[in-house]
Amino acid sequence: MKLSKSPWLLHYDASSCNGCDIEVLAATTPRFDVERFGIINTGNPKHADILVITGGVNNQAKSVVKQIYSQMPEPKVVVAAGICACDGGIFKDCYNIMGGVDKVIPVDVYVPGCAVRPEALIDGVVKALAILDQKRDAMKSHAACEINYDKNSDTKEKNQA
Amino acid sequence: MSNRSVVPFGPQHPVLPEPIHLDLVLEDEVVVDAIPSIGFVHRGLEKLVEVKDFNEMAYVAERICGICSYGHGFGYCDAVEHIMNIEIPPRAQYLRTILFEMSRLHSHMLWFGLLADGFGFESLFMDAWRIREKLLDMLEEATGGRVIFSINKIGGMRRDIPKEMLKSFRQRLEDLTEDLKVTVRTLLEDPAVKSRLSGVGVLTADEVETLGAAGPFLRGSGIRRDSRKLGYLAYDDIDFDIITHNDGDTYARTYVRAMEILQSVDIIKQAIEKTPAGEVDVPVKGFPNGEYMTRIEQPRGEACYYVKANGKKFLERMRVRTPTFANIPALTASLRGSELADIPILILAIDPCISCTER
Amino acid sequence: MENIWKDITEETLLNEVQVLRADKYRLVQQCARKTEEGNYELLYSFGKGYDAEHLKFQVAPGQSVQSISHIFPPAFLYENEIHDLFGIEIKDITLDFRGGLYRTAVKAPFA
Repeated sequence: MKLSKSPWLLHYDASSCNGCDIEVLAATTPRFDVERFGIINTGNPKHADILVITGGVNNQAKSVVKQIYSQMPEPKVVVAAGICACDGGIFKDCYNIMGGVDKVIPVDVYVPGCAVRPEALIDGVVKALAILDQKRDAMKSHAACEINYDKNSDTKEKNQA
Repeated sequence: MSNRSVVPFGPQHPVLPEPIHLDLVLEDEVVVDAIPSIGFVHRGLEKLVEVKDFNEMAYVAERICGICSYGHGFGYCDAVEHIMNIEIPPRAQYLRTILFEMSRLHSHMLWFGLLADGFGFESLFMDAWRIREKLLDMLEEATGGRVIFSINKIGGMRRDIPKEMLKSFRQRLEDLTEDLKVTVRTLLEDPAVKSRLSGVGVLTADEVETLGAAGPFLRGSGIRRDSRKLGYLAYDDIDFDIITHNDGDTYARTYVRAMEILQSVDIIKQAIEKTPAGEVDVPVKGFPNGEYMTRIEQPRGEACYYVKANGKKFLERMRVRTPTFANIPALTASLRGSELADIPILILAIDPCISCTER
Repeated sequence: MENIWKDITEETLLNEVQVLRADKYRLVQQCARKTEEGNYELLYSFGKGYDAEHLKFQVAPGQSVQSISHIFPPAFLYENEIHDLFGIEIKDITLDFRGGLYRTAVKAPFA
């Protein structure tokens, strides 16, 4: 079973004007219904596979964003929703804005727009799902290597001795 | 003996679409004090007056908040128009009124859904947002945007709303009314809803006034004040009453907002009926020089826009006081004495808008 | 609806505010701006019903201002904001965040 069939989504507002945030919420409601991809909106980072993040990230939100990202289990994907999350947007010149989520955590998918349109966001999330699967496959092959490594651990110790 | 403990609430919390942090001081389950801590969405956009000229600032002002964006754009334009002695044409006054009420309507429906979700009534949340989409469709047809409209400019509107479109809005609102009534009734008359909302977070009329609260928070404690009665735009020619409730609890605040949903539909219909023909903008010459403070009624309460200009292309200062900023002292007062489990509802009942608060 | 603009001084601020309080006014907003001469102009707005009264006064850089939060309780938020954005010291705020309200990347960005 692929992880992308039932991913859980976490949303955080990192200093946006909340226009994108209400569009993220709108994407979960009947007209756009992102839940038809098996996605559930969760409030707990430790349950989440996809982080949808809005806003240009200010000084105070920086540590919160890092904290939330580190609490999410691997594999995980980050979707930057809206132009502010992509590069700071209209607030780029503000003294308190870092200018984009990728200044703080790695971003997998950029969805521009002011505000981001729900259709575009769904498109971005679906792209993120494919990346999530790739990351999981990579982890699997990585895990397989580790098991092989363990099998040879005796020889390794002998070599070192 | 009771135990005293401090529980941090937020900034990332399931019921909050936006970040705010509260330190809740508890004695067992009861909150004895709440200390707010904000700044997670402070961008500092008031300082953008140094790099964006007074025309561009209208679009920055709109982005103070994505929910009350229309009002922010209008409030800023109104302040500059006063400084420059610009009288906008009557048709623009009416169209601005119509769009303002539409934006109030979509904002209230948004709050309505979030509140329902806050106490676990998810189907009502989905229903409110389903109806809201129909309102957004109209706003999109008229302005081109769902969230940020950018239709106001200094001197009027960027584009007209054709007569046929207004007629179709009238019809579509008529068709929506029954839906809206059923939804509002579900919220106000459901015994489960009543049991969650009644008697919690009570503030008297004296308390809300002293603590400087605004909007439905104020009117829910029986104070009859609505800045729309200041008579800006076309509100003087429209017949509407100020909705109040005397209980001062969370139910009263909910009642005021819910009834305002139906009232807004009525205001829009009246305004469409009376909209005169004519131009929607006047030419603007020169740069503003002077100062002015506009006060308008946003969905969350009174908002103030202070503009100081000195005859140059770039303003000297633009300052916005938003209703949620004014509501914070009263909000923390309403939390005192309530149980921890009620905190999310109490916060949602004032319809907080954090990006407005911090700008 | 009336809009009164009044120029006062820092010395008479508390008296003026006391009078407004006794007259059952409410606090609407407090803000500051930097003047072209490099001083700070503070603007305090009060309301009663639909009427508004705005008090304006100037302070020099480095000069401190007395808080009005013991007269109008909600003033504590506005005063902390003025302190954080302009670096103006405001004395005796009932709930003083000591520069911790906005925690901006640049200290006193409007100064």
